Amino acid sequence: METLEQIKGRVEAAVPGASLEIVPNDNPAGQRSLLVDNAHALAVARLLRDDPSLRLDYASNVTGIDWLDKVVQEKRKVKQVIEGVEREIEETIEHKKPGCLEVVYHLYSMELKHGPVILRLRTVNRADNARVPSLTPVWRGAEFQEREAYDLYGITFEGHPDLRRILMWDEFKDFPMRKDYVEPEDYEYEPTPHDQLLEKARRHYPS
Amino acid sequence: MDEGLRSELSKQGVFTTSLEELYNWGRKNSIWPLGFGLACCAIEMMAASMARWDLARFGAEVFRPSPRQADLMIVAGTVTKKMAPQVVRLYNQMPEPKYVIAMGACAISGGPFKQGYNVLKGIDRYIPVDVHIPGCPPRPEALLHAFMTLQRKIDEQALTGAQRPRHLVAEAPSEFPVPEYGEHDLEPANNPAVWQPPTLVRGA
Repeated sequence: METLEQIKGRVEAAVPGASLEIVPNDNPAGQRSLLVDNAHALAVARLLRDDPSLRLDYASNVTGIDWLDKVVQEKRKVKQVIEGVEREIEETIEHKKPGCLEVVYHLYSMELKHGPVILRLRTVNRADNARVPSLTPVWRGAEFQEREAYDLYGITFEGHPDLRRILMWDEFKDFPMRKDYVEPEDYEYEPTPHDQLLEKARRHYPS
Repeated sequence: MDEGLRSELSKQGVFTTSLEELYNWGRKNSIWPLGFGLACCAIEMMAASMARWDLARFGAEVFRPSPRQADLMIVAGTVTKKMAPQVVRLYNQMPEPKYVIAMGACAISGGPFKQGYNVLKGIDRYIPVDVHIPGCPPRPEALLHAFMTLQRKIDEQALTGAQRPRHLVAEAPSEFPVPEYGEHDLEPANNPAVWQPPTLVRGA
């Protein structure tokens, strides 16, 4: 199979306007992935499926990731005049990095027996605009898995044929896999609580 | 009846009994379970009913496909919050007298999913449970043991007096409230008439 750089170059040439980004991976597996912009995701997916040298005809796994808003601290050296002497001091700048929800597709080719190629789509934010285009029209097998991501992460897949909750009941309002999910207080007893659980037990049964 | 006289009579070939004993003897030897399972514990339950462990030796081989004909509900497996109302409804549809065995870690406490958001932390939060079996899953022998425990329990039930079973108490509820699907959890989260959170005082 071609390298990710080659795929990226070819896709960008074939789909006008599409901007792909290779997401690096620092861990020992080193499995990099392609971040696709939402506007062209469907066209890119079709190309990956139909291209004769790729033929990624099988979406084996669709999953979600919750990236919280975070404050990034950046240190940089600034020259300042203090008491008439110019000195270099370190200054910390904090800027907010907005969070988002991410969908990850693992693609394989049954026909050419290669893969995986990993696609990522990101929503604009975690609240009112948690939308990505659905890739179910391209890979039919993604239907239930996208429903699951909708159910547990609250990602709205635009163009999905039947977007309903799949595991939790329809009346349920929360998204349990989000990092800021607060679970109901129905905990009662644990024989040997430790760490986080110990905190929970203390809150429940103040001694 | 005097025990000594009774054993004396039985040596002479005269069998004496009371209506209570006869009634309980009949009931305990024909407990028909409801044929339903929720997870992997159900596989052990099936094994217990097949030739090797043979639940038929205890008169319980007839797994009924309808709650209307069942005496015993074996809650075999993880009860998710989504499934809990249906389990309670099935229990409500069984005729009295009815018994419940909670089989396995999940059914008695939530088991390995206790800290999760989607699993009911024990079916005893909604319906009265007669026998709890720990294990993940419990072996068929454990189910047989639970079964014999239940038989002993039925055998010892007095039909009159304050200790009489629920089905002979006119004021006892015949139906248990089925929980509703709420926005964050089941509503109510437990049936206070059946289960209260334990009051536990931890040492400092």
